[in-house]
Amino acid sequence: MIFGADPGLGEVVLLSLKVSCSAVALAIFFGLPLGAFLALYRFPGRGLTIICVNALMGLPPVVIGLLVYIIFSRAGPLGVFGLLYSPSVMIIAQLLLVLPIIAALSRQHFVDLWHEYGDQLMSLGSNRWRAVPTLLWEGRVNLVTVGLAGFGRAIAEVGAVMIVGGNIDHYTRVMTTAITLETSKGNLSLALGLGIILLLLSVFVNLGVSLARAVTIRQGV
Amino acid sequence: MNFSGVLPLSFNDVSLSLEGRVVLDNVSLDILPHERTIILGPNGAGKTTLLRLCHGLISADSGEVCWQGPQAGMRSRRQAMVFQRPIMLRRSVRANIAYGLKFTGLSYRQKKERVAEVIEVTGLNDLANRSARLLSTGEQQRVAIARAWALGPEILFLDEPTASLDPGGTRAIERLVEFVSGAGTTVVLTTQDLSQARRLAERIIFFHNGKAIEIADAKSFFMRPKSREAKAFLEGEILWQNKTDYKGLQLCVG
Repeated sequence: MIFGADPGLGEVVLLSLKVSCSAVALAIFFGLPLGAFLALYRFPGRGLTIICVNALMGLPPVVIGLLVYIIFSRAGPLGVFGLLYSPSVMIIAQLLLVLPIIAALSRQHFVDLWHEYGDQLMSLGSNRWRAVPTLLWEGRVNLVTVGLAGFGRAIAEVGAVMIVGGNIDHYTRVMTTAITLETSKGNLSLALGLGIILLLLSVFVNLGVSLARAVTIRQGV
Repeated sequence: MNFSGVLPLSFNDVSLSLEGRVVLDNVSLDILPHERTIILGPNGAGKTTLLRLCHGLISADSGEVCWQGPQAGMRSRRQAMVFQRPIMLRRSVRANIAYGLKFTGLSYRQKKERVAEVIEVTGLNDLANRSARLLSTGEQQRVAIARAWALGPEILFLDEPTASLDPGGTRAIERLVEFVSGAGTTVVLTTQDLSQARRLAERIIFFHNGKAIEIADAKSFFMRPKSREAKAFLEGEILWQNKTDYKGLQLCVG
């Protein structure tokens, strides 16, 4: 089944990758600055914000799906865009799911990085704001793992994309929703095949990142 | 004496507590230009805190830290610091030194020339393209000194730069410090190593329990120390802090 040229299958796998990669890329774009901000700046309510972001890491995907559904449904505040049941809204749902993970985990890395580099960077005339790009670059080996954790969460979740995407064949069907559907139809072999592909994908992504990490550390760059 | 830069640097009755512990206790001292000042004292005497305060990384609870020179307004640009544990960025030695110039406002060309010059005169040619993170601690410390000196500071603070180095590494660092000092930068170096103090000092500030116990030129300090604590330290007795009462002094004679 896996190696047989099933065009529908390729479509499902590609859409899964497209949605989850886009969501993670956006989450990194917004989440790393947020993590840096929470780590390096003192402001009233900072402690509470950190607790909230940490708590949001464990938010159930179905709850996110429901919220995004309400917001983007015809009667909802963003209903005019007509995005419900489209890949775009699936990306938005997964972005909201992954953002707290990226922000919370990277915040801890930024705290550690500032502890290590802070005095030296300040001594060289930098400040907390200007130090962020340097800390990003210095911490890239560990920050990649943060992105990976986000990707793992996005590619594996089913609740959010099911609710907002609707599992429409050839349009919003991704691997996890397809597995759910095929299982409920009793088509266990297809469900299992998709499951194996999902698993392999996860393994390969992790393997690639681990290799890149090892090379970076060995070269000390 | 005529002063032209940011120095002298004066401490007037400076006190500082960290986590409920008195680290600096009514410290008054002057750091004068063109003098190699060694801050000597046992572990936990407050030497590192003093340097961090000088460098502006922390501020005092009470008292004044005052730059007295006519260019005092430029003080943050005219000083540099080398930390006890060298912090190397994940890039080459050359790029580390170049990074030090990032916030100086020099043009790309000026930076490039300055980096090349610093690498040349500090003898880092062989290491220039190596990854700074993979060097030995001694080599990293040389890079850290070169990076700080590249800023062209009027005063350079060094916090125990040879702690945990072997004699060869220590010698290399001391040569570099002598070079920097000879090139016109005022050097302030902390150490607990008596023989290093003898080799490098022109002026000694002896620290113990957060107090500047004795300030003297090096010769008279080593010949005729005035305080009981300095005498004991020079005679190789172990000074340590009384953990319950920091005002007390404990001597271990043996």
